[in-house]
Amino acid sequence: MSDTSPPAPATDAVLEPEPSEPVGAVQVRPARSRRTTAVKVVLAAVAAVVVFLAPAYIDAEYLTVANWVMVGAVGGMGLTMLVGQAGQLSLAHSFFALVGGVSYAVLAGPRDEASYTGLGLPSLLAAVLAVLCAGLVGAAFAPISGRLRGIYLGVASLSLVFVGFWLARELPSLAGSTSSGRYAPSLNLFGFDFGELHPELHVLNVPMGKVERSFWLYAALTALAYVLGRGALSGRVGRGWRALRDNEAVATVMGVSVVRQKALAFAVSSAYAGLAGVMVVWWYDGLMKPDESVDFGTYSTTAAISYLAICVIGGLGSLGGAVLGSVVVFGLPQIIQLVTSSDDYSGTGFTPGVITNFVFGSLIVLIILFEPRGLAGLGARLRAVLRR
Amino acid sequence: MDTLVQVLVNGVGKGAVFALLATGFVIIYKATETINFAHGSLVLVAGYVAYEVKSDHGWLLGVVAGVLAAMLFAFLVERVLLANARHAHADSLAILTIGIDVVVVTEISRRLGTAAAPFLGDPYDTKPIHILGASVARTYVVALLVALVLLGAFFLAFRYTSWGLAMRAQSENSEAAALMGIRSWRVTASAWAVGGGLAGIAVIFLATNDIGGGSGLLASHTLAFAAFPAAIIGGLTSPGGAVAGGLIVGLTDALASQYVSLEFAKVAVYLVMLAVLVVRPSGLFGRVEQLRV
Repeated sequence: MSDTSPPAPATDAVLEPEPSEPVGAVQVRPARSRRTTAVKVVLAAVAAVVVFLAPAYIDAEYLTVANWVMVGAVGGMGLTMLVGQAGQLSLAHSFFALVGGVSYAVLAGPRDEASYTGLGLPSLLAAVLAVLCAGLVGAAFAPISGRLRGIYLGVASLSLVFVGFWLARELPSLAGSTSSGRYAPSLNLFGFDFGELHPELHVLNVPMGKVERSFWLYAALTALAYVLGRGALSGRVGRGWRALRDNEAVATVMGVSVVRQKALAFAVSSAYAGLAGVMVVWWYDGLMKPDESVDFGTYSTTAAISYLAICVIGGLGSLGGAVLGSVVVFGLPQIIQLVTSSDDYSGTGFTPGVITNFVFGSLIVLIILFEPRGLAGLGARLRAVLRR
Repeated sequence: MDTLVQVLVNGVGKGAVFALLATGFVIIYKATETINFAHGSLVLVAGYVAYEVKSDHGWLLGVVAGVLAAMLFAFLVERVLLANARHAHADSLAILTIGIDVVVVTEISRRLGTAAAPFLGDPYDTKPIHILGASVARTYVVALLVALVLLGAFFLAFRYTSWGLAMRAQSENSEAAALMGIRSWRVTASAWAVGGGLAGIAVIFLATNDIGGGSGLLASHTLAFAAFPAAIIGGLTSPGGAVAGGLIVGLTDALASQYVSLEFAKVAVYLVMLAVLVVRPSGLFGRVEQLRV
């Protein structure tokens, strides 16, 4: 992926000298000047206020779409770090989401249900542990990921999706039955229940129910994922990953442990996927249900490809791009569904799903052909034009 | 004993179909270094055209039209899309083919709609014959014979014709081949066309009641996915390995679905692939990649 991926967001300014400068001249800026820090704090505060007030102005159905987009964004950020920054092709992202979702359902599920295993842990603890579980499973893939490279790794990771599909069906006491699934509780943060159906909390006289509360939660989680990811990429870890991506042999010579960095990249990426999996369970009102086929469904090969599409459309390696990619891949079908009403049952109509698939399929092709850096690359071009 | 014969014939027959797919897959990989995630789409295009032509002009013309359509489609994908992205990284091209696949699958399943699933194996589908006292589906036997003839012809061509020589030379060293006067675009485009043609033959066995099951043509896209593990097990750079990989996948699938469960059969194929990759990261017969620093 070396020549398709943009440099890490944080190092943009250093790696992209203005065209007029001689090649190799590096702009030296202090890592964090006081003024940019102040600007960032103000921007973050403004964003927080906007997020806090948004549910009062936006309809619940559109908030639901936004929440789904943020699920894709968190998952996409994890995958884009792995594929775009560490150069490890993975088609197993939906499997790690499944691991996260199932872990949460088991850890937080009630203890007294006859047919399902549950540990009855507090939901916050369960969510954190579920994310850790997904990360550990990702790290446990190391004996294989450490030996394989490129497309062999991609297809090998694809086998995890098949294994996950099979295990989820074989173990209904953990993953829920295929027909009806199982339910896990919503997040309860020190008495603040994100699944509250009869809210007493009002913002601008609008009751803040389940969807509105989830919007806050998801926005916070997306921001957290972005900040953590950016921190990892701009530091030693990110440099190690990029060295690995560009040339494994050189990375070894430079003192980067290839096997350990690959395992770390997989662990971090699958922890993100695990968080996305927990968010999926919350988004479905706590329903954890294994797929009915390995091709289509929430944790299927199609979902794995959708996550990859998010990364490619957004621009491989770009965290912000993953959010934009998710708007296209996860958001578009839902939005089209909201604004159109379909009453065609022959199955040959242009349903929202069909249109979205056309859009993102051709976007992938066009982006690889014309702008390998994706939407993030378009953004960078736009900024360059504006700066001139 | 009867069951075992039946399982083995089924496995080898199915494996022969996978071998057709995997060989096309490997040829495309050798010529353009692109993993063709759209291989299932080639299968679908051939099947859809065959299905449309078949209703008016009979089965044989339908199959011919389907194979030609898949060859043309593969040729166009290479000429129009891949040839214009020559500087893109190989992995990016693989992702590009995912985009093609999404569009083709969506359009063809939209066209088929919720109407009854089309089947393509008219002359042999659901007609059992008896071998060694066991009753086996004729589809598997026909598939095996057709695959033997086609793959035999392909390997002879690969070994003895100038086309085969050009292809081997290019995959060995594309710059040197170009300097020797081999036209690179002919090699890459013909490789894609051959891959498309083999996929077009494969679909007339995949879209049957015997191999594909109740959902006919649409299931063939899913089934064609098994070309990946087949090609990977054999090693992506080895056409002979693709045949071996196809047979391994077919036999694993048949044995596991008979003796364990249908559900497990899908996973078993991938478990075998993982096991092979752990021991031999470039597949059984694949060339070990040399790294230059």
